[in-house]
Amino acid sequence: MSRTGTTSHPASDGLGLLSDDVVAVQRGPEPGGLAGAYRIFGETLRGLKTTFGQVVAGTTTVEYPEEKVPVYPRFRGRHRLHTFEDTGLEKCVGCSLCAAACPADCIRVVAAENDPEDRVSGGERYAAVYEINMSRCIFCGYCEIACPFDAITMGHDFELADYNRSDLIFTKEMLLQEPPVRTPLRREGE
Amino acid sequence: MPLLSTVGYYEPWYVQILKALVVFGVGFSLVPLALLYERKLLGRFQNRPGPNRVGPFGTLQPAADILKLLGKEQFRPTNAIGWLFILSPLVAMVCALATFMLIPFSGAPQDILGTPVGLYGLDSDIGLLIVFAFASVGSYGVLLGGWSSASKYSFLGAMRAAAQLISYEIAQGLALLGVIISAGTLSLTEIVDEQSALWFVIPQLVGAITFFIATLAEINRTPFDLLEADSELVAGFMTEYGGGRFALYYVAEYVHLIVAGGLFTTLFLGGWHLPFVDQPGWLDPFVVLAKTIVVVTFIVWIRATLPKLRYDQLMTFGWKVLLPIATVNALVTAVVVVAW
Repeated sequence: MSRTGTTSHPASDGLGLLSDDVVAVQRGPEPGGLAGAYRIFGETLRGLKTTFGQVVAGTTTVEYPEEKVPVYPRFRGRHRLHTFEDTGLEKCVGCSLCAAACPADCIRVVAAENDPEDRVSGGERYAAVYEINMSRCIFCGYCEIACPFDAITMGHDFELADYNRSDLIFTKEMLLQEPPVRTPLRREGE
Repeated sequence: MPLLSTVGYYEPWYVQILKALVVFGVGFSLVPLALLYERKLLGRFQNRPGPNRVGPFGTLQPAADILKLLGKEQFRPTNAIGWLFILSPLVAMVCALATFMLIPFSGAPQDILGTPVGLYGLDSDIGLLIVFAFASVGSYGVLLGGWSSASKYSFLGAMRAAAQLISYEIAQGLALLGVIISAGTLSLTEIVDEQSALWFVIPQLVGAITFFIATLAEINRTPFDLLEADSELVAGFMTEYGGGRFALYYVAEYVHLIVAGGLFTTLFLGGWHLPFVDQPGWLDPFVVLAKTIVVVTFIVWIRATLPKLRYDQLMTFGWKVLLPIATVNALVTAVVVVAW
């Protein structure tokens, strides 16, 4: 619709012809006067009824620190490193594919050879250092996709705030542990 | 007819002083209660619980608010007129508390520790006039506060306050004329006693509605909170105020709210009278308080419902709708009273 088209539109040509881009405006009764005051009164009562309905409807607040909104199963929260359930060995073999896939460059992996006497991981090598800088992580989940052994997955925990930036660098031990506070998970159909 | 007004019941001078302190204390301690009550109720109207973090059920929230305000810096704009800037919040608060003084909580003097005491600050036979006088002086707190701040927003807020004042004071006074004619007195306790049979809200329904709307404008509540107008004027006349001075304005606002409830109770809802029940005298203040709470609830309900009026709408409504209605109401009441 061109600018000139709106300034000289044919809405007021007296023939009642309205072009497609001109919309007839719906107008209420003229404001003011005694009738207006009467309508104000009625509409006020209607509004009072509406707001009272909200009192009856009750509150919808979730008292956050005490109760949490359950997260969806695919919610991408704090990472978890996994171990084999039967042997207890770490799944991570220190391949650094996660670090390569990470767009925020927040994963640091230093691999080392497994000692055959005292194995750490299931593969040849293991991650001697595995650190995720949570202050840089954007929770995109690419590390999870990149991992060939499902060793790293995104968990459900989102309460990661801390007072110190250095405390936000999560080490392998922290990532292997169960999160201290469980985040409620949304059940099927919830 | 004596030239000087008389006072309904005189106590000894020490009781008078004690009463002044008590009224001050009660008025001041009702403020945090009203503040909490309004915030809680407003929360319910908006599907949220309201303040519930500080103390059990948020009961210490007002205390936290006040402590926070008192701990703040007393800021003053460079161009502000110093002494007026400091005086204005005081004027607003003192006048608000002075109107509270006149609300009667019981008619007959109550026996407190052997001393008969009237449960009101003052029962003069020009009580209603004093209420209006202090309400008018109280608006100087707003006007001068806005003007002396030397700020655009404050000034606009003060200007709106002036316009609102002249639009509503007259309608409010005329709406009350019906009550005064029916009761034949200006003394608040006698007005209440006139309502022992029938509350004035029934014969004076039009006057009650007009007075209620005008009162909303007078105490700057929505839909007439033009002089604060957060959406357009920051905080209106109190934009430049902070800390304790802002707290004083806040106290004034909530005392106004309580006084509005108490005044409506006194004038239209029969004060301490209950229908069909003759309760013992010590229950009277609680009856008045309960009725006041009902009115305050309604005021908060209206705040939760109505948006702000436009400036010209407010003046049109005041002059062209409320004033004629109030005038006709006063005239009809006068004719009816004389004819019967």
